[in-house]
Amino acid sequence: MPLLAIEGLSACYGRLKVLQDVSIDVEKGGVVALIGPSGSGKSTLLRALVGLTKPTSGLVRFGDETIRYDSAASLRAARRRMSIVFQQYNLFQNMTVLRNVTVAPVMVQRRARATVEAEARDVLAKVGLAGKHAAYPDQLSGGQQQRVAIARALMLRPDLLLLDEVTAALDPELVGEVLDTIRTLAAGGMTMIVVSHEMGFVREVADTVVMMDGGKVIEAGTPAELFDHPKTERAGAFMAKVRRP
Amino acid sequence: MLALLAEQIPRFFTWSNVAFLAGAAGTTLLLTALGSGIGAAAGLAIVLVRTSRGRLLLPLRAAAVLYVEVFRRIPFIVVLFIVLFSIQAVAPDASLFTIAVIAICLVSTAFLSEVIRAGFDSVPRQQLEAAAVMNFPRWLVVWSVILPQAWKVVLPPAIAFLVMFIKDTALASQMGVVELTFVGKTLNNRGFSSLLVFGTVMLIYFAISWPLARLGRSLEKHLAPSRH
Amino acid sequence: MDYVLQFGQVAGQVPYLLGGAVVSMELAVISFGLGAVIGLACASLQAYGGRVARGVAGAYVGLFTNTPAFIQIYFLFNGLPEVGVLLPPFAAAAIGLTLVAGAYLAEILRGGFASVRRSEVEAAEVLGMSRLQTIQHVVVPHLLRTLFAPLSGFFIWMVLGSSISALIGVEELTGRAINVSSATLRSIEVFLVAAVIYVGLTIAATALLAGVGRFAFRVRMKVI
Ligand SMILES: Nc1ncnc2c1ncn2[C@@H]1O[C@H](COP(=O)(O)OP(=O)(O)OP(=O)(O)O)[C@@H](O)[C@H]1O
Ligand SMILES: [Mg+2]
Repeated sequence: MPLLAIEGLSACYGRLKVLQDVSIDVEKGGVVALIGPSGSGKSTLLRALVGLTKPTSGLVRFGDETIRYDSAASLRAARRRMSIVFQQYNLFQNMTVLRNVTVAPVMVQRRARATVEAEARDVLAKVGLAGKHAAYPDQLSGGQQQRVAIARALMLRPDLLLLDEVTAALDPELVGEVLDTIRTLAAGGMTMIVVSHEMGFVREVADTVVMMDGGKVIEAGTPAELFDHPKTERAGAFMAKVRRP
Repeated sequence: MLALLAEQIPRFFTWSNVAFLAGAAGTTLLLTALGSGIGAAAGLAIVLVRTSRGRLLLPLRAAAVLYVEVFRRIPFIVVLFIVLFSIQAVAPDASLFTIAVIAICLVSTAFLSEVIRAGFDSVPRQQLEAAAVMNFPRWLVVWSVILPQAWKVVLPPAIAFLVMFIKDTALASQMGVVELTFVGKTLNNRGFSSLLVFGTVMLIYFAISWPLARLGRSLEKHLAPSRH
Repeated sequence: MDYVLQFGQVAGQVPYLLGGAVVSMELAVISFGLGAVIGLACASLQAYGGRVARGVAGAYVGLFTNTPAFIQIYFLFNGLPEVGVLLPPFAAAAIGLTLVAGAYLAEILRGGFASVRRSEVEAAEVLGMSRLQTIQHVVVPHLLRTLFAPLSGFFIWMVLGSSISALIGVEELTGRAINVSSATLRSIEVFLVAAVIYVGLTIAATALLAGVGRFAFRVRMKVI
């Protein structure tokens, strides 16, 4: 049984259908990569999974629980198990790095502050931010902020991590740092859905690649299948384009 | 005219008159402070109601919107009269000061809630979404994310309203609350020149209001760009 | 203790009160219109005048925005007779409100001027527009768009602010409410009715202004 099963999910912004009948399975410990052109609905899919964009139809099952997005309790339970890292970091601007990553474990999960802070120092060191505990987000570079956001998500100890183009806003040098972090997570058995434009990276870490366009899943398969032998014309055209930078 | 002033000035600035004026200035300040303090707290409560979710609270939300819209559209003097006569009908012993405070609070709540709401709206939506997906309870979002960022947007216009309330309290003299304007009228009726009396009273108002207005403007300049 | 609201006597006086509302609007329109002239003059002096002119304009604005309008009007009505100037209540109120409006409008207009000078003029000059073209195509539209909402808001404020003229005996809406209150002793009821009229009046005025702003200047304004 997959850890997360998305079945026929649809969503709209007003009258614009941004997700149409999307179905994806995510196995425990697996890494699913979402690729596709800009505006194809990748971010919307992640937002829909955590209930920020309300699905209009379809099912999302987490383990054997079906998430009911209209029920506050069910949504809260689902959000306890999923963490999302947003494309624009969304850090709390009024909090230091340390506070950003500890506020939820301490105030929401009610874990002991001392152990949480010790763990936070650990996680921040792992993402290369050991010296930045007291900094505010606007004193950090984009890559540093992105890694704070990843650390914040990890501190919640999720069963499933959703990463939305976490390297898109970074310059090439920083991309490497962040990708290393994700690689380590994947090797450690973290289940992830990763939106990425870094095709080399996707090929390396993903078990499954899902290509989206116009709110629909065009094709899904292993990296080798999708990159080397795309079945659909649309996926083939997209691959040809991204391979030629 | 000048001769009249020269003749009256020594008689005007006696200890008792100065004490009378000082006490009145204190009352003006107290009315303003109570009005803004209670108004800010109640205004915050209104904003919390207005930004609440759920169908259960819908009537409360509607009531909050109605309250704010109505009380921003009635002149303070009319509110003052309504409160005066209503309270006297049910509690004839209520002090005029209490009545004035209630009237000021009713109006300041409405105005300050709009200022506070603008502050709430200034917090980037993305941060609220981040808090939501981390299961922050509502109080935690308000306390640890919204208020620490919103106060910088709220403070300058709130001070501008404070300055407005200082001047509005002058109308409480009409009911007989012994604040600055009332003392001005009283001294005027005792035969002192209006130029002398109201000149002095206006100067006191100016001395209270002008520094505050300046403070508000400089805060607006200094709080806007920085973020933490 | 058990006060029972009775609107019977007050209902008959509604037309009289509505007549007062017309006077309130007159006061607001007069003082806003004349105040706009004073405000424009002051704002121009503060922006382009010499040192003395700037100082005088600044002192006027500072004095009238930092002291209660009620005392200013009270003084015009009760104080000026001492020096032999007798003003009827309406004139005293109109003059007082005009002076207040002038000071506040100077502040609002000054803010608008500052916003123009900073941003768009330089851009226009870079594009090679002449002075006149810049004023016609950039400055005036910008001013209308940025100032329309605050000016509308201030007009509403003047409608409410004109109520203080009741206290020197002008028979506008609040003044007439006071009259009815003394005659019928149904004070709560009268002032409630007056409040409802003020709410209706200002909502109608806001809606009208929002409509004008939307069609004439493409400014979006919140009515409620
Ligand atoms: N808040 C919104 N309101 C209306 N439409 C929106 C909103 N957010 C996104 N959209 C639309 O939804 C569609 C999908 O957007 P989405 O952000 O999911 O794309 P994406 O695949 O993440 O693109 P990118 O690679 O550029 O991040 C787009 O057509 C976009 O214009
Ligand atoms: Mg996206």
